Amino acid sequence: MGILDDLVRTARRRSPWLFHLNAGSCNGCDIELVTCLTPRYDVEQLGIRLEGSPRHADIIVVSGPVTRTTRVAVETVYAQVPDPKVVVALGSCPASCNVFAGSPTIEGPLDRIIPVDVYVPGCPPRPDAIMAGIADAIAILAGGGRT
Amino acid sequence: MTLGRALLQLLVFPGLLYAVPVAWLMLWIERKLTARLQGRIGPPFYQPFFDFVKLLAKRPLPRPPLQALAMSALPVLAVASTLGALALLPVFPHGGGFGGDLVLLVALLEVPPLCGVLAGFVSRSLYGELGATREAVLSIAYSLPFLAALVALAAAANSLSLSVISQQAMWQVRVPALIALALCLPVKLRVNPFSVANAEQEIYAGATTEFEGPRLALWELAHGLEWVALTGMWAVLAFPSADAPWPLRASLFVAISLLLVLAIATVAAATARLKLAQAARMYWLWGFAIGLIALVVAMVSP
Repeated sequence: MGILDDLVRTARRRSPWLFHLNAGSCNGCDIELVTCLTPRYDVEQLGIRLEGSPRHADIIVVSGPVTRTTRVAVETVYAQVPDPKVVVALGSCPASCNVFAGSPTIEGPLDRIIPVDVYVPGCPPRPDAIMAGIADAIAILAGGGRT
Repeated sequence: MTLGRALLQLLVFPGLLYAVPVAWLMLWIERKLTARLQGRIGPPFYQPFFDFVKLLAKRPLPRPPLQALAMSALPVLAVASTLGALALLPVFPHGGGFGGDLVLLVALLEVPPLCGVLAGFVSRSLYGELGATREAVLSIAYSLPFLAALVALAAAANSLSLSVISQQAMWQVRVPALIALALCLPVKLRVNPFSVANAEQEIYAGATTEFEGPRLALWELAHGLEWVALTGMWAVLAFPSADAPWPLRASLFVAISLLLVLAIATVAAATARLKLAQAARMYWLWGFAIGLIALVVAMVSP
């Protein structure tokens, strides 16, 4: 079973598929995340793919401070992703609600609603920082992730 | 065809042992070529293999029993029927009387799209149903030129056996028929400009939107095997190589398949997606026109 476990761990490290969830973000972090797929950064050479369906994903990347209307979507999508999975909080908003803290329409920060594994701070974070955060997420995923 | 030979074709060449690695290779070539043409580096060659292993190792989600059964059985059926179609390809034609039956081959090749349509509906997802509907409309559209070309080839060779067709079909029939068949490959493989059924960014992943983990892994495998089977069928029909020794025949088969993959992937990377109506019109108009030319030439020539 040792070889099989090693193979699965390697496969998880080499093929992390992301699902990007916008929970009321201003679109700044979203643009920076998509930048990672462009020729300049090209994360596909690391096996990373941005998937349209949460059923296909391994890593959920959440941007935005989680507004009242997106809370249900965050919970639903978290339940839709099959185990093992990892959650990355992209930017300052899901980490601390940023400038929106205290607003009556905000239900964040994200870790009040779903468990978060990796925080990528910044408003917005640079693509390099996002890739470093995803690398941390991949390490957690290879070790079995959140089950 | 003896049982041993049938098993050899199903399990070794051009079946399981050859087809699965080559399926991953073809999926990689498509992704790598697209990346290179976009100025990116692209995934390493082992990418589809690790994708497959990772998906297999994911835990399936709980579903209602009947839905879970259908969602597992449909991709298995797609993989099995594509492997069966591959085993029919007469890469080594002198193996007794059974040289690959054209009707059975067409039937087996039609099973994966049918499974895809059923899978889209059984997953009870809006995007799955949209993808399934598009897949069904497109399969009606491309079946016309696809079948016209195959009927023309069969009429030209006066036989339904693939090996006889690949030996005896006249070139004035074969060339338009092969063009019509090549035109049908992108839509059967769901790549640009005919990636209408699985339109990513538009309807997420089409029929497979709701499939997760091992079930999705089987769909990816079925898709890769479809690449091998369809390009392999084209390669078999393109070259009458019965007199050549078997290593040459086998390498010609592999080489033509891979060249066709390169051509399809280049066209896919260079084009944008058509609308459903445009794609369907294209097949019924231009695809069928070319198929009809082959059909008429086959009927007229002695």
